[in-house]
Amino acid sequence: MKKVVEGSHAVSEAVRLARVDVISAYPITPQTHIVELLSEYCSDGTLNARFLRVESEHSAMAALIGAASAGVRTFTATSSQGLALMHELLHWAAGARLPIVMAEVNRALAPGWNIWTEQTDSLAQRDTGWIQLYCEDAQEALDTTLQAFRLAETVHLPVMVVLDAFFLSHTYEPVDIPEPEEADRFLPPFQPAFCLDTENPAAFNQLAPPNAYMEMRRSMQDAMESALDVLDAIEDDYERLFGRRYGAVEAVHCDDADIILVTSGTITSTSRLVLRQLREKGEKVGLVKMKAFRPFPFEALRIHTAHAKKLAVIDRNFSFGAGGIFAQEIRSALCNLARRPLVFGYVAGLGGRDVTTDVIEDIYWRTKTSAHPEAESIWIGLHQPAPAA
Amino acid sequence: MELNVLDRDYMCSGHVGCPGCGAAIAMRFLLKALGEKTMMVIPACCWSIIAGPYPQSTLKVPVLHTAFETGGAVASGLRAALDTKGDTETTVVTWAGDGGTFDIGFQALSGAVERNEDFIYVCYDNEAYMNTGVQRSSSTPYGAWTTTTPGQEWKRLRKKNIVEALVAHRIPYAATASIAFPEDLVRKVQKAKSIKGSRFLHIYASCPTGWRIPSEMSIKIARMAVQTNIFPLYEVENGVRYTINYMPKGYLVREYFKLQGRFKHLTDDDLEQIQEMVNEDWELLLRKAGVAMSAAGTVA
Repeated sequence: MKKVVEGSHAVSEAVRLARVDVISAYPITPQTHIVELLSEYCSDGTLNARFLRVESEHSAMAALIGAASAGVRTFTATSSQGLALMHELLHWAAGARLPIVMAEVNRALAPGWNIWTEQTDSLAQRDTGWIQLYCEDAQEALDTTLQAFRLAETVHLPVMVVLDAFFLSHTYEPVDIPEPEEADRFLPPFQPAFCLDTENPAAFNQLAPPNAYMEMRRSMQDAMESALDVLDAIEDDYERLFGRRYGAVEAVHCDDADIILVTSGTITSTSRLVLRQLREKGEKVGLVKMKAFRPFPFEALRIHTAHAKKLAVIDRNFSFGAGGIFAQEIRSALCNLARRPLVFGYVAGLGGRDVTTDVIEDIYWRTKTSAHPEAESIWIGLHQPAPAA
Repeated sequence: MELNVLDRDYMCSGHVGCPGCGAAIAMRFLLKALGEKTMMVIPACCWSIIAGPYPQSTLKVPVLHTAFETGGAVASGLRAALDTKGDTETTVVTWAGDGGTFDIGFQALSGAVERNEDFIYVCYDNEAYMNTGVQRSSSTPYGAWTTTTPGQEWKRLRKKNIVEALVAHRIPYAATASIAFPEDLVRKVQKAKSIKGSRFLHIYASCPTGWRIPSEMSIKIARMAVQTNIFPLYEVENGVRYTINYMPKGYLVREYFKLQGRFKHLTDDDLEQIQEMVNEDWELLLRKAGVAMSAAGTVA
């Protein structure tokens, strides 16, 4: 049934449909609406789950590590500082091979205090062993959250469903919400491959000396490598039931494009409009939307972009001393190809600054008129001159 | 002496604790008292090592090893999961050292017991970060040498009173116990097991390696800690009802201190000062327990 719901609540509805057993969360803007609605669902009996109101994000993740180790379905949500505080336990959850699902609402890191959207918080967690899926709109947030449980429980890795602060989390959109019976057909009850059991006592996460540790890491990588095929198969099922699919990478008008915009999150929606306008003017422009960041969709990216002359990667994130994070990874994905496009890395919209159609158009024309990138990262929309220090 | 516990052991021989390790003795008694329907959450501590490397395990109950500061939170989640599975029989136990309890794990512990999560939190206290090589914690007592309080920089701050901090949360049950008083320890574990909500046990666990004592002195030192009032045996129900389980017979703290290398630098004046601190703490405890005391300092 279609309802107009907030992006945050689209995630909450998916968690309700997933019949999660244990939720553990700590308040942080702009994630809070997700768990507020879930708290209501737990208290009014709509969702038969235990809701732990813990004293920090660190404990939110720790509690889910405890719960998932007992073989139940778990969920939490966070943002920014909260995610940073969880960092140690993100490694732990992945290393323990726990299928925890977390909604992460992208918010800039302090200082200065900034609650608006930026992806540096989640991208800084790229080496933790979590699958990361970036969503464009509320429908995708719901669908991806529901799929995330199946993906996590199949490959035994935790999944982070990532959405932009406010532009997505606090925006109301019409969303097709599956009926519970339909969702059950897609997502059966969790059958853990292993869990703590007094009938079969075992030690989990114990000391792993050098002769054991490396194989454990390799098995995580094997799981990561399988995740794209697994996601594809999950999307087949989802499409059959609900008529929607997204793909780890989505390519729009890429076949004949000279220049391809590469985006993630809500900037993608704005770029779709710019793409249409530029196409109407006869520009040979395409769009690649990066949904999966971990695992990184090397093959799909190469297939869709290798023939283009230039890529214009728009990063709403930054790695100091290096550059926009998507741009870095895209360069590394293409570097061994005999024929490859020039990669222009643009940094825009940090700390929630608006990335409008004008900004994206400007990025397109700059890319078209430059023979080479003028810098490793080209910062767009900086106030000039910069305020004196 | 006959103990009211099962003959069965839930701990295998061949664990990798140091000779005379109080924490190994404490674990053995704990599991005897709890039985097989027990799940252990072990944050980073000596027991992360003692329990054995992959793929072996010293314990015959499930063990969930976890990060240093997460004992309270991981147990909360585990308990919640067991509840949703309809398993109300299994006892969830967090087993943490003093560093993981007094210091880095204190927030998660405080959060868990404020929520009155249904689990037993056991702190086995060896009064410093022993697993990393004897660094001071907030449990390290006044007067002690550690590798981070060396030479004349020995610790001149009092040990944090963890039981009183937990009692302030008004939890259903908080108690101290000692490896030198196994029948008292076992009784308290069994009592804790019979109570719902957050239960806290503070177990004195001597450390021959870190305290610079011979391994065969482990139990003797633990007994003296109780006899000198340095580590009184008592329990507190619902944050208010105090019961003192052992009344001392007038031993002086210097007897306890002089047996341990970690205190060998202390002068008579220092020991005098420490005796006064111990007396003060004991009198405070007696007042809370409502026990009258004679002017001479002995219990009337």
